[in-house]
Amino acid sequence: MMPHPTAVVEAVTSGGSLLVLSIVVPLSGALLAFAAGGRHLERVALATLPVGLAIAVAIAFAIPSTGDPLVYLLGAWAPPLGVALRADGLSAVMLVIAAVVICAIGVFAHADFQTPAGAAEARAPFAFWILLLVIWGALNTVFLAGDLFTLYVALELLTFAAVPLVCLDGRAETLRAALRYLLFALLGSVLYLVGTALLYGAYGTLDIILLSRRVHAEPATLVAAALMTVGLLAKTALFPLHLWLPPAHAGAPPAGSAVLSALVVKGSFFIVIRLWFDVMPAVPGFAATQLLAVLGAAAILFGSVVALRQERLKLLIAYSTLAQIGYLFLMFPLAFAPAPGELHSGSALSGGVLQAISHATAKAAMFMSAGLIYAALGHDRIAGLGGIGRALPISVLAFALGGVALIGVPPGGAYLAKELLLQAAGETEQWWWAIVIQAGGIFTSAYLVLVLVHALAPADKPVASRVHVPWYQEAAALSLALCSLLLGLVHWEAYLPVPQGARSSPSVLEMLSSALWPILAGGVLAILLGRWSDGLPRIPLRGLTEAIVGPVRSRALTAGEALERADGILRQWPAAGLSLLALVIALGAAMLVGG
Amino acid sequence: MSAAIVFGLCAAVAVGLGLYGVITNPQPLRKILAFNLIGSGVFTFFGVVAHRGAAAGFGGDPVPQALVITGLVVAFSATALAIALLLRLLQATGSATLRADASPSAGSDPAKP
Repeated sequence: MMPHPTAVVEAVTSGGSLLVLSIVVPLSGALLAFAAGGRHLERVALATLPVGLAIAVAIAFAIPSTGDPLVYLLGAWAPPLGVALRADGLSAVMLVIAAVVICAIGVFAHADFQTPAGAAEARAPFAFWILLLVIWGALNTVFLAGDLFTLYVALELLTFAAVPLVCLDGRAETLRAALRYLLFALLGSVLYLVGTALLYGAYGTLDIILLSRRVHAEPATLVAAALMTVGLLAKTALFPLHLWLPPAHAGAPPAGSAVLSALVVKGSFFIVIRLWFDVMPAVPGFAATQLLAVLGAAAILFGSVVALRQERLKLLIAYSTLAQIGYLFLMFPLAFAPAPGELHSGSALSGGVLQAISHATAKAAMFMSAGLIYAALGHDRIAGLGGIGRALPISVLAFALGGVALIGVPPGGAYLAKELLLQAAGETEQWWWAIVIQAGGIFTSAYLVLVLVHALAPADKPVASRVHVPWYQEAAALSLALCSLLLGLVHWEAYLPVPQGARSSPSVLEMLSSALWPILAGGVLAILLGRWSDGLPRIPLRGLTEAIVGPVRSRALTAGEALERADGILRQWPAAGLSLLALVIALGAAMLVGG
Repeated sequence: MSAAIVFGLCAAVAVGLGLYGVITNPQPLRKILAFNLIGSGVFTFFGVVAHRGAAAGFGGDPVPQALVITGLVVAFSATALAIALLLRLLQATGSATLRADASPSAGSDPAKP
């Protein structure tokens, strides 16, 4: 995390100009692509991808091992008058993962967004490639910005580039989803803007490091913190502010869904981390961190149960994103150190960030595979997936590996994240969050089992793929899934505050059991809560199982239906608007009590 | 009552009215207008902050003015994007309402209007 030296002597560090490049290259790529237009546009975009990736990797290598951030001062003006770009270990991790995911999505989208042979220019490819590059530039700005107002501008740029991705195909329901997304996101960003005005009024600076030294718990700070956090939660779609996410993420084209779900929601999540850990670690207090995690736990419950009740694959994945976003917020109470009464950048933070990047890679892979399955079958009804496992084995494998990585199976990034979070839960003696963390993994495996049982079932008649699926699309999905599964092997100590010796090297038996029991428990949950239109799957001793499970299952289904109905009510616009206001008040009150 | 308090109260009223409109009004165009009202309130509030922060003997702190100008550009782009989406929606369906998707559907569902 950002160090807090006593004297402000900030100068441009060596390698600081890389930070400027990482923002300028994608954005110039977008402008150049816009000017080139037509058939050259895609070439410009594809040429920008490896350059951007190289810059991100170079930044990761340029960060000194002392943990000091790379700094660039725009126009050589030092804060508070000027604006600084800073890259710490956290920024570097996010930059590299964003670059990897964007590059894979670029490869995947090459097939879907080609300008057709006869036409000089087509609307969807033209918009897609430019929006992809702008999203990348905006994300890099979010990861590098050194003051709260630059973060606001970057966040807005991110939203404005993400919204049109939702409605690329121009169908009425996707237009509606995009408009809903935009309007709710604007409500969130206005709250954030009011918070920055309050902070500037109180402290006379918006620079993160300067602010972190001046800030203290007084009414204006608490109100600003509550407003900014809730505004960001609305953009991250944390339960109950998720009304826009399912239709937007499920309606976008597959490459668009992958960007939105993997990266765009992480942008606002990253600003929440900056705000709580860097700007005001001592302000929120115990009660506010618990409140955030309670919302996260509710998101896991609602998102997972409603995901299990979906009939369509893309909506199932969209709801699982909702649950995974909730999982990310479990780190806040675990990072709270009661002795100084502030958020501590330790294993809980590393766990949360690792979970975020594992989810980014795995979920992009899952949306890509779902898109390929949709293209091959012409529909994505889960009940009608039978036989697809034989028709598109690589895509189904990518989907399965992505899901397995998310459950937290070694050596996945999510496994390391889970270990770190559980360790933090043990250290801070908050056993109740350990239960929620384990439950999150079980729910994830429940919807994975539900999909795989259908996808691997034999078809009534052989499935003939309606379109030819290019090999590189399947390869892009598979490589992202593998990436997520191998993230746990990387040595994160150089970039994230992973405590020494946190990584236990479990025996094969332990690894097997830690992989198997969540999957088995998930299978049971899938049987209890899932929709099985043609009866339960053909498992051994089916009659016996139905006799035992039947009564429990009917009760579980009733509970699931109730949750789905509650979710439907919460996704009404007035309900979500009122939840937004209620959350601001609740969070402010929690900070007042706990601070 | 000082000027800062009067302007601060005006800002609060504008934000409150705008919030009420955004949350309760079902029509997207009204929501967009209400959002602009919130924006005006917030920008007025920035003016109040600039006035209060002018401790160095200037007429006003120049930094919030720079922030407001940027904020205006952002709010203008947001409004333009929202109106463009709304016009496309009107062309596609003949009505401009967000209500029809009470239950979201993922793909092309011909049964839905």
